[in-house]
Amino acid sequence: MKRVSRMLSRNPGGLIGFVILLIAVAVAVFGPLLFPASPWRMVQRPFLPPFTLAGLPLGTDALGRDVLAGIVYGARVSLLVGLVSTLAALAVGIPVGALAGYFGGRIGDALMRFTEFFQTVPSFALAIVLVAVLQPSIVSIVIAIAIVSWPPVARLVRGEVLSLRSREYVQAAIVTGQTSTWIIWREILPNALSPVIVLASLMVATAILLESSLSFLGLGDPNLMSWGYMVGAGRTVIRQAWWITVFPGIAILVSVLALNLIGEGLNDALNPRLNKDGR
Amino acid sequence: MSADVSVTITDLKLALPAGGDRPYAVDGVSLDLIAGKILCVVGESGSGKSMCAHALMGLLPDNVIAEGGEISFDGQNLLTLDETSWRGLRGRHIAMVFQEPMTALNPLMRIGDQIAEMFEAHRLLTPKERKQQALSLLREVGLPDPAASMRAYPHQLSGGQRQRAMIAMALALEPAVLVADEPTTALDVTTQAQILKLIRELQRRRNMAVMFITHDFGVVADIADSVVVLQHGKVVEQGPAEDVLSRPQHPYTRALLAAVPTMQPPQRATLLNRRKAVEVIGLDKTYVSGGGWFQPERCVQAANKVSFNVLQGETLGLVGESGSGKSSVARLVMRLIEPDQGTVRLGDIDFTAIEGKALRQERRRIQMIFQDPFASLNPRRKVGNIITDGPIAHGVAPMIARQRATDLLGLVGLNASAMERYPHEFSGGQRQRIGIARALALEPEVLVADEAVSALDVSVQAQVLNLLEDLKARLGLSMLFITHDLRVAAQICDRIAVMQRGALVELKPTAALFSTPEHPYTRELLAAVPGRISSSKAA
Repeated sequence: MKRVSRMLSRNPGGLIGFVILLIAVAVAVFGPLLFPASPWRMVQRPFLPPFTLAGLPLGTDALGRDVLAGIVYGARVSLLVGLVSTLAALAVGIPVGALAGYFGGRIGDALMRFTEFFQTVPSFALAIVLVAVLQPSIVSIVIAIAIVSWPPVARLVRGEVLSLRSREYVQAAIVTGQTSTWIIWREILPNALSPVIVLASLMVATAILLESSLSFLGLGDPNLMSWGYMVGAGRTVIRQAWWITVFPGIAILVSVLALNLIGEGLNDALNPRLNKDGR
Repeated sequence: MSADVSVTITDLKLALPAGGDRPYAVDGVSLDLIAGKILCVVGESGSGKSMCAHALMGLLPDNVIAEGGEISFDGQNLLTLDETSWRGLRGRHIAMVFQEPMTALNPLMRIGDQIAEMFEAHRLLTPKERKQQALSLLREVGLPDPAASMRAYPHQLSGGQRQRAMIAMALALEPAVLVADEPTTALDVTTQAQILKLIRELQRRRNMAVMFITHDFGVVADIADSVVVLQHGKVVEQGPAEDVLSRPQHPYTRALLAAVPTMQPPQRATLLNRRKAVEVIGLDKTYVSGGGWFQPERCVQAANKVSFNVLQGETLGLVGESGSGKSSVARLVMRLIEPDQGTVRLGDIDFTAIEGKALRQERRRIQMIFQDPFASLNPRRKVGNIITDGPIAHGVAPMIARQRATDLLGLVGLNASAMERYPHEFSGGQRQRIGIARALALEPEVLVADEAVSALDVSVQAQVLNLLEDLKARLGLSMLFITHDLRVAAQICDRIAVMQRGALVELKPTAALFSTPEHPYTRELLAAVPGRISSSKAA
């Protein structure tokens, strides 16, 4: 925590990203208090331009639904999907990578061929197929995103573990009679985590984009308002009513940008080669 | 006299960035480099000796500022030069040889081209003449088959050959001053002896002034004309080599000299009728690398029918140059790697035959002390945990393990408060003590020390050696002591085994090995140890 705060004080980009993310999280958490009604409810005439009515600052869409309420509820979906699918991807990728790196040999080869199998399939196409097969719902979207995004984690962790495995302190742990599980958990993974944290922050951004793309194609959860769905629904009337697509688009852009800034900042703070004073 | 002075450094003050352990890296250093003489700058790590060299080359890091003093060369003060003037000076008038020849050479350029580049950079000669010059330089520094070496890439040469190529580069423009920053530290003793001889010869032939940075008093005794001893960035003693080495005035110099292990093995009690603590029978290990469709496999035999015993209470030394397989043998004995063939017996059990849980249980009996005190402790675990992890894994109650760890820290000379601190808060010598405490926490019968003192300064080295000797006697341990340094081996080992290319060539009691070496390789090793002249004089 101390390092994160130091990173933020040193890196203005990271600080901006962190502030934006905090705002987005606050909106997602407290949004329903500000907009107790469902975002699907019709509140005004359709195609109401923004900044015309005080109660509806961002206007209404083709069915007269409040765009601002949609964005607020969309934040919940985007952040939830981003976070949960990244955690799921880490839960698969870290063990696979750690086992492949630590044991090497045939186990390692088998695990890495398995990983490569997923990497050779174009990830977005695979995600579309998975969601289509599993029926669009928030759970299937999270699963699909996790399945297409764990291979880079596995490869990264494997590389880190490979280099850490030959360190003398790991050998010292073997010599003192520790079990392999203990060595991986206590000696290796804590030292391999910094690049994984950086990657994870960028993965959240990618996951938000993936979810938006899926929703844009109409493969989102039909019961949940999301940014991607709003962009997709408004695209046919973009000439007459630009605000229906632009505002959710900006929401996607800003939150993904914020996460990338955070990832960049974390990278500067956690990468020992860039960070001269060590830990 | 003054006509021969090439470089004069007066009252040099180099300021470190705020928050360091001291305000000045180099504080008021004054010295003269005289043409045709070698000046050795000696000190332990952190003494500021490399900073002196870098200041002389204009290669100071950005955050180190020359705050005062003067480096005068050829009528100009080098500290006030701009980058353009430096470029004209570096290589042409002042050249440098670095410690690690592998990283100092460009891995993607042929040796010949790298030397020719020296002329190119200063816009001298035609391309053809550059080639010829490079060839004659390579011949001068004694590279075998200079024509072939011209076309070789750095990785195709051995460490010693690379250092020769580096020296050839440094000499290309016939500089008046050569700065050598620990040029032999990364080399084996026999290679080191050759390189030192080469530097001495070249310097005489070309009448250069040489500033030679080293931490090794043996090397100083071999080549220095005069000596500067640095401590914490200050000169504590300076004078002709003869005076400093045989009549040191300052207590720090005396302490440093006293800490240098001599080649005289101390008298040791003979060990009779002891049982065998470790029995190694016919260990074989071959590393196979590369191999594929287009290239043959590369086989390196790390251990070739290696057999020896370590008696209970004995220290057996395993010495050899890098690549001789001594570390592989240590790892085979520890079962960190699996042998192709052969047996390691620990007392009554066959250590190579057991697997899984039984192996983890028995590992307790043989423990290891590692070479690099900075890599052998997990940076994210507290010292207390590092020491108690082993015993807890073997079923000792955490409370008892912690109590015992505190006792052990006292035993190795550290404060009990170390328990709650992280490894990075300790110095190299202290970390090595923590490593020893970790090994002892399991109450082993045998300790394997793999170059355990090689990364330490001489004075710290002497302390750790004393500690090991003392602990061994107190706890009745047996020890397998792996080192490349015969001087260290002489101090601590009862018997010494010499390894060459994976095979044991000679195994004798220490005194006998030093007085009557039989194998030609042993003799070569003994002859190459730096500073032999002075230590035999002292005896």
